[in-house]
Amino acid sequence: MARIDLVDLAHSYGGNDADPESFALKPISMTWRQGGAYALLGPSGCGKTTLLNLISGIVTPSRGKILFDGTDITPLSTQKRNIAQVFQFPVIYDTMTVGQNLAFPLKNRGVPKAEIEARVAEIARLLDLTPYLKRKATRLTADAKQKISLGRGLVRSDVAAVLFDEPLTVIDPELKWELRSKLKALHRALDLTMIYVTHDQTEALTFADTVVVMHDGRVVQSGTPAELFDKPAHTFVGYFIGSPGMNIVPAQVRGREARIDGHLIALTRGYDTLPQGATIEIGVRPEFVELTAPAPGLLTAQIERIDDLGRIRFARVKIGEVKFAARVPPGFSVGGSEAGLVFDPTRVHVYADSRLVEGTA
Amino acid sequence: MDKTINQKAWFLVLPVFLVVAFSAVLPLMTVVNYSMQDTFGNNQFFWNGVGWFKELLDPSSDLGERFFASLWRNLFFSAVILAIEVPLGIVVALTMPRQGWQVAACLVIMALPLLIPWNVVGTIWQIFGRPDIGLLGYVLNSIGIDYNYVSNEFDAWATVIAMDVWHWTSLVALLCYAGLKSIPDAYYQAAQIDGASRWAVFTAIQLPKMHRVLLIAVLLRFMDSFMIYTEPFVVTGGGPGNSTTFISIELVKIALGQFDLGKAAALSLVYNLIVLIVCWVFYTVMTNAGADRPVKEGAA
Repeated sequence: MARIDLVDLAHSYGGNDADPESFALKPISMTWRQGGAYALLGPSGCGKTTLLNLISGIVTPSRGKILFDGTDITPLSTQKRNIAQVFQFPVIYDTMTVGQNLAFPLKNRGVPKAEIEARVAEIARLLDLTPYLKRKATRLTADAKQKISLGRGLVRSDVAAVLFDEPLTVIDPELKWELRSKLKALHRALDLTMIYVTHDQTEALTFADTVVVMHDGRVVQSGTPAELFDKPAHTFVGYFIGSPGMNIVPAQVRGREARIDGHLIALTRGYDTLPQGATIEIGVRPEFVELTAPAPGLLTAQIERIDDLGRIRFARVKIGEVKFAARVPPGFSVGGSEAGLVFDPTRVHVYADSRLVEGTA
Repeated sequence: MDKTINQKAWFLVLPVFLVVAFSAVLPLMTVVNYSMQDTFGNNQFFWNGVGWFKELLDPSSDLGERFFASLWRNLFFSAVILAIEVPLGIVVALTMPRQGWQVAACLVIMALPLLIPWNVVGTIWQIFGRPDIGLLGYVLNSIGIDYNYVSNEFDAWATVIAMDVWHWTSLVALLCYAGLKSIPDAYYQAAQIDGASRWAVFTAIQLPKMHRVLLIAVLLRFMDSFMIYTEPFVVTGGGPGNSTTFISIELVKIALGQFDLGKAAALSLVYNLIVLIVCWVFYTVMTNAGADRPVKEGAA
């Protein structure tokens, strides 16, 4: 069990002298506290698996250091790092029974027999594997095999962290929910630091108390699910999280007002010191833009279609050539091809070169 | 529902029937026919019933003695070369490089012995082992080892076994290498995470994953070594004495040397049956030992 510090950590598969812009993982520094549940969220190729493999020691970083409780473990091999990792596809040892599979990491480290038995029994109970302990592991279904992999990751009580690399990819959708809530329960029961890599925002947001969003080898934001939703630090976070994602529209921003397509939108904060020459955009989640009948003074948009999600309806509209999504209030019936948009000014954020600009009060 | 009956489709299988009949069924039936008869030449045949088979399976008769002696020799030979080639092939496969240009180089070098015709292999070793001009024989004798495969039974056996190991270990190694290559990296990474030793990685991951290719390797090597003829015939001619006379060599002696068609036919039928039975036993035992049938059960 440990606090994990990443100090200026970076990795390039092409070697140390490659162009820093081509790094699979650009330099990052962050701290993960003991006992936390973290998710690394991002699309394929964003560097999240690289980061995970750096922490577990499968990959050695080109630069920077990894500290477990203040001790530099960067040069240590995977075996010596005291870390557990669960992979995307189930890994089971064919010749062993389920129980032997679970005991394997402990046996290799010379844990006393009585302790192994107690620990295996506990993990098997938590994962509902008890009836299968004496069975050959090869004869089980994919999700049971993945449970064994999870179990092998969780069986050691002394690990610094348990890393999960998209562990639910091969699991049927209905079992995914179950295993995810099981993992959450295991996290509470076992007090282990868990780091969970996924490209599925639902998985990340339900599992983790801190979600680290990665994009193009960089960490673009790290925060609670609510923070990521309310105040995306980067336009990428805005549209990657949430369904539909945040509306990002080019705008001219001066003082306390933004101008889109010649229309004024009031802002609650002042933006007098925007960087010169930067691309200025405003971002607002579809939940906070309401569709109304067109009226003078309102931004007008062309309605393309209405998505009915059951509990809520979203209109897909166009402002000029820019696509936009807005909430359709209950009871509002859409007539005609044009509609007005009403913004919630407290929810409109300003981005310069894709990064959030904190306005002045 | 009415089905259109079209018997013309039979014509499509007819060529296969004809080819198989001429290449396999008719010769086999001829052998069966011979095995029931005796001949003294002049194309005159006399009915002998199961007489040859009785004699063949009776170790006190001349034919039976020769048959059982060569059978045990053959089984011993197969056991020895399997015991050497399988572990050696696994070790070679494990030490082969995983990537880079060395892979191609290794594969080509390993495949070379497999490409050499049997009788050439025999000739190579026959000369290689000669005490007067052969590199191996000359060197062994000059360092004081009295080696002569023509007169010494042990030397003859050692030469034949060394030749087979040289010729065929690469086949086992290549099969094992293919098996090893198919193991996903995640298994090795997981083993690292689980703190497995090199030996544990071998027994828990590599050996079980090679199980299928090893089954094929053992089957192929058994069948091939049980039917071995050309190489020992070229090197030792079955000698000294009868010490390296395997079943196939004995069979050729009886059929073509003595022209005892009946005896030879009976022997070849029994020979064939043994190969079939042993292969079936191997296959059944090895597939059941590590059965990989997933049982669909709600593990939730």
